[in-house]
Parts: sequence; structure tokens; C-alpha cells
Amino acid sequence: MSNKILEVRGLSRIHGRGCALCIPTTGPDFDTNICAHCGSVVAAHDVNFDLYRGEILGIIGESGSGKSSTVKMLYFDDVPTAGEVTFFDGHEQHELFCLNAAQQRCMRNKRFGMVYQNPHLGLNFQISAGGNIAERLLMSDMKHYSEIRLRSAALLARTEVPVGRMDQNPKTFSGGMQQRVQIAKALATRPPLLFLDEVTTGLDLSVQAAILDLILEIQHELDTAMIVVTHDLGVIRLLAGRTLVMKHGRVIEAGLTDQILEDPQHAYTQRLVASAL
Amino acid sequence: MNQAILSVEDYSKTFHLHERNKIIPSASHVSLKVYPGRLTALIGPTGVGKSSVLKGIYRTYLPSSGRMLFRTGAGGTVDLAQASEHQILELRKQEIGFVTQFLHCLPRKSAIDVVAEPLVARGDTINAARASAEKILHQLAVPSHLWNVHPSTFSGGEKQRVNLARGLIAHPRLLLLDEPTASLDPVTAEKVIGYIQSLKDTGIAMLAIFHHPELVRRLADDVVELAPPIALNELIED
Repeated sequence: MSNKILEVRGLSRIHGRGCALCIPTTGPDFDTNICAHCGSVVAAHDVNFDLYRGEILGIIGESGSGKSSTVKMLYFDDVPTAGEVTFFDGHEQHELFCLNAAQQRCMRNKRFGMVYQNPHLGLNFQISAGGNIAERLLMSDMKHYSEIRLRSAALLARTEVPVGRMDQNPKTFSGGMQQRVQIAKALATRPPLLFLDEVTTGLDLSVQAAILDLILEIQHELDTAMIVVTHDLGVIRLLAGRTLVMKHGRVIEAGLTDQILEDPQHAYTQRLVASAL
Repeated sequence: MNQAILSVEDYSKTFHLHERNKIIPSASHVSLKVYPGRLTALIGPTGVGKSSVLKGIYRTYLPSSGRMLFRTGAGGTVDLAQASEHQILELRKQEIGFVTQFLHCLPRKSAIDVVAEPLVARGDTINAARASAEKILHQLAVPSHLWNVHPSTFSGGEKQRVNLARGLIAHPRLLLLDEPTASLDPVTAEKVIGYIQSLKDTGIAMLAIFHHPELVRRLADDVVELAPPIALNELIED
């Protein structure tokens, strides 16, 4: 039996009306993702990959390369202009972009998790840290107050947020701790698939390391498949077994992470690796 | 004799450096076989592509040409040069181990966890993995007061033994070794040599890079001497 969890085929996103020249005149060879003829932005074009259970896949590239766009479409934050994605969930199989809005919401709330670079996107700053997690638990099927509270406390403890601060508003937390609350929230329903979009960008190095270690521990404990979007070679070296390299909306190279780092094939990847600190 | 577990046929590797518009040959026309319970030694002067062969087999390098047929535990044959990345990751977890020349590990992990890591990645519990790690660290004579310390503070020889322990702990069917005794004092080297010798009895197939003829004489069952890669101008003339 294949233990594939996600199959992404031809995923594309064009911002703007698009024209026949958008694809042939953009991409790494033209050094732009903006169509000179109609001004549309090719955020992602023809992205293909498979993801397996419990695997961490890295997507690396500079800003505007399409790495976040790809993950946003998979999490229904954005609608693709083309492409098909199949999600294999136990014995069930879902064509993600054929689901109706209610089914997509259900998928987001129960089966997927997302951790954003900006905690304001992932957390509700009107309510407490515990409340944020409770919110997600309520959207799945948990209904009892005491049960929800216990589970929230356990999740915060697991992500090393002091449980004593559970009833405080996350806006009083440090950046690193906000990310931990986001991770706890994303994991609340034990999703088999987690998206992480630049989760350590902008944090102190020591905080980054602690969060990355936590992600690895969780991946091992829960066997969660993850897609990690980053511009940081160190993050993929630490987390990802396989990596996609994106530039101007295209996947220009895909391979084992150690191969990407030691034997990069594409000119851009070679430059990227050569500029590591 | 047993069937080979790995047959490398005409492996070549060249690097294409786009920025400088250069093609650098790293290994050319390498053929070799590795058998269960035997050690094949790769020898030759620096720069003939010994490490390149090991990295090609482990797929840290993408082979430029040639076949690398690996007989899996399940009985099938996989061409490592063509296998999907997912397949390679599974083989690394279950069947193929690599002891690199230098230990690369996180600067905040204790030696015992560094060694236990391959078992944890395979799905063992942390406690079971640590117990196995203790056993093998003991066998390789790493003093127990160092087990909970991070290896960055270790001597070269201690680091190398941690590296070996990590490569050996998961009992791979094929083990790639890049100068496993390079930085060891004679007494420790002797221990490691004894250990490698004992591994043969367990049926592990080994492909190792050695520099000392003495080691080759003692440990190798088969020897492959590499010729320098064909220089670029000859390639172009072809």
C-alpha cells in the first residue's frame, strides 16, 4: 500500500486577468514572474509533487518565488487558477478543489493545520491563548468545557508555553511564545498534515532553534506530514528530507535535501547554496 | 560465492558549475561489487573520486551516468541512480548506512541522542534507542561520562567513534565507510578494526575508503583501485 498523503498536480495561480503570453514570457529564464504583455503576476505555475505520511518536505526560494502561494492554495487561503490536489486520508480520498465551501472548512479545521510567519494570521488576539486552542477544538467535535480546557492545557504544556499563562491574551507574549501557541493550536485536532510558512523568520536564533527542535519532536511523536516553507537553508537542512526549490513561480529543482545542498543542479540553486553563511 | 548486494556499473559523476561555466569530472567509469559479509575497499590517491562514489550510492550526489543495482531486503532490485527520492529515503532508514569522514550533528544534542537518532527516525521509542546507543558506545570504547555531553567538545577520535556508532546502530544491510579509522590512535583504531571485522560475521556488506595499505590488507576481501577521472579535454575530444 502506498503511504502517500498528498498528490499535487499542475497547481497554478495567476493574479490578474492573464493572457496567452503569461506562461511563455515569465519564469526563471526571463527573470520575472510579471507578464510584460498584460501585467498579470504568475505566482505559481505547474507545481507538482507528492507528499508521504510523516514526511517533511521543504520548499525554499526567495520572496516572490511562489513558495507561500503554493501552501496558501493547499490550505484554501487562496484559490488556484489551475491544478488538482488529492488528499489521501486513511481510506478516504478527497479532490481538494472539488470540495464545497463547507467541506473545505471542515478540512481546514480538522485535518490540516497551519502555522503562519505572522501570528496575527494564525491567532485571535481578542481572546486568551487557551481560548484560541478551545476555538479550534470546538470546531472539531469536542463540546465539554472541562475536556476542552484539559486538552488545551496539555497542548500548551507540550509546546512549552507556561500553563499558568493559558488565560492571558497572546498579545502579551513574546514572538517565540506566540509561535508556540500557534503550533499548539494547529496541532489541536491532531491533523495528519501541517503547513509551516516561515515560522521562525524574525525570531532570535536561540528561539528559532528551540522551535525547530519542537517541530521535529512533534513530527516524530505524531507522525505528522509537514510542508515547510522557508528562505533559510539552515531550516531545510535541519527539518526536511526532500526539498523543492522555487523561483519566479516555478519549481526549478526537486531532490533530497542533502543532494540539493551538496550537488545543486540548477544555476540559481548553486548560487543560493554558495551564498549560505 | 553469495550474490552481490550492490553492483555499480560504469558510474561517472561530473559537476556542472553554471556560474563559472565549468564542467568538473569527479569520478569516471567506476564498476564494483559489494557482497554480504564482505568488505570491498576503495583505494587510490586523493582526487580520484572515492568519496564521490560513496556519495553517488547514497545519492547525496546525483550520478551523471551508470547503474547502481541494489538488492533490497525484500528481494527486489533497485537502481539507486534512478530510484525516486522517497525510495532512497526509505532505503537510508532501513538498509543503507553511511559513516562520513566527519561527524555532523546539532550543537545541542548529547552524544547518546546523536547515536540513537537513526533508530528513533525508524520508529523505535526514545528509551529503546538510547539503550541500544549505550551498548554500542560501550563496544566502541567511548567513556560513559561523555555520553550525555555534546560531541563538539570531544577529541577527533571520540567524535569519530560517535560517528561510527551512529552509522552502525541501525544494522544496515549495506554500510558505506569513508576512512573510518582516520583520526584514531592505534589502540582505539584496533578496537574499531576488531568491530568492523566482527560486523562481517553478521552479514553486513561494506564498502570502505581506506588510505593505509595495512588496513586494506587486514580488512578488505575485495579491492577496487580507482583511476583518475578522464580530464576535461579528453572528454571533449570524445
